[in-house]
Amino acid sequence: MTTATPNNTSRARLEGGEPVHAAVLPAEWRDFYALTKPRVMTLVIFTAICGLLAAPGQIHPVLGFTAVLAIAMGAGGSAVLNQWWEADLDAGMKRTSSRPLPMGSIRREDARDFGLFLSGVSVFLMGVAIGWLAAALLLCAIIYYAVVYTIWLKPRTPQNIVIGGGAGAFPPLIGWVAVTGEVTAMPMLLFAIIFFWTPPHFWALALFVKSDYAKVGIPMLPVVAGERTTRNHIWVYTLLLAPITVAPWLISGTSWIYGTTALALSALFIALAIPVARRDAVIGEGDPMAEEIRLFKFSIVYLFVLFAALVADRVLEAQGLIGSGLFAGGVFA
Amino acid sequence: MTPEEEAEFKRRQKSRNIVVAGALLFFVVLFYAITVARLGSQ
Repeated sequence: MTTATPNNTSRARLEGGEPVHAAVLPAEWRDFYALTKPRVMTLVIFTAICGLLAAPGQIHPVLGFTAVLAIAMGAGGSAVLNQWWEADLDAGMKRTSSRPLPMGSIRREDARDFGLFLSGVSVFLMGVAIGWLAAALLLCAIIYYAVVYTIWLKPRTPQNIVIGGGAGAFPPLIGWVAVTGEVTAMPMLLFAIIFFWTPPHFWALALFVKSDYAKVGIPMLPVVAGERTTRNHIWVYTLLLAPITVAPWLISGTSWIYGTTALALSALFIALAIPVARRDAVIGEGDPMAEEIRLFKFSIVYLFVLFAALVADRVLEAQGLIGSGLFAGGVFA
Repeated sequence: MTPEEEAEFKRRQKSRNIVVAGALLFFVVLFYAITVARLGSQ
């Protein structure tokens, strides 16, 4: 099995070629920015803001902004460390070969130092401005993604995406804790929702986008275990996700607005996962993979609508328009 | 280093310096705002 082993020279490797020396010119600030994976950060920021807004209690707007900034910086720092470690792997894959490190437009040790600096500052900022529990959770998230996932488990197990989902699940939890200062059942459920949402979301994508992970020795499930097993896994995680999504309502953490939205979204998710799970034919080159593409696209809408409903629920409750609880203040009251 | 490379070197260095200065200024303002917000909530 191939594992990425970063060296301490300023070498970079172009796609499929020999190592080349990084440019003598200093890296552009845009290269550092690109290393933070700004597109991935959009979802991180969205879920963090949702966690912040959905939490019971008030937070000063400046402190709320600082909490989201610290979470975004932590996500950026761990993304940089991820690319520092995987520079050789990225060079071997078409999708990632144009990133700053494989292109040689930034020195490897500069990327490592930038990632460590960004991570350190994010934890410090969170601790000083918000609280050390939120800071400790942020540190856990960074270590989880950069070390446990990237270095340890990603090259070793086809369940890597399940474990990787945990890293993406931290932002709403941290956002919530930034307001309340304590870890309770509700933020843990928000964590669990993203954790169980990630596998069907990612594996649906993996079925219709043929990545070249196998070329660089990363054991992704469709490659290692085949499409049938991947489809079974999508089905199992979709079924596990449904009760977890509805749980915040069942434990009276939200009102009927979130509850009915969660029920409807879960029913749709299951309905769209059925044809994906049942498909058994060997997929040919010309297959449009319509069911898989539909499930993947819906999974994104699912998460955005679910978290938006959570925030709407809390805002309406704060306005006194609805009550919290299973059937409180709504159509069932 | 050719004159063109030197000019590019200086351009990149300058743009990086501007970004670092901007970030430092931003954090100075942010920490001031955090201090005010925290003092106000006590």
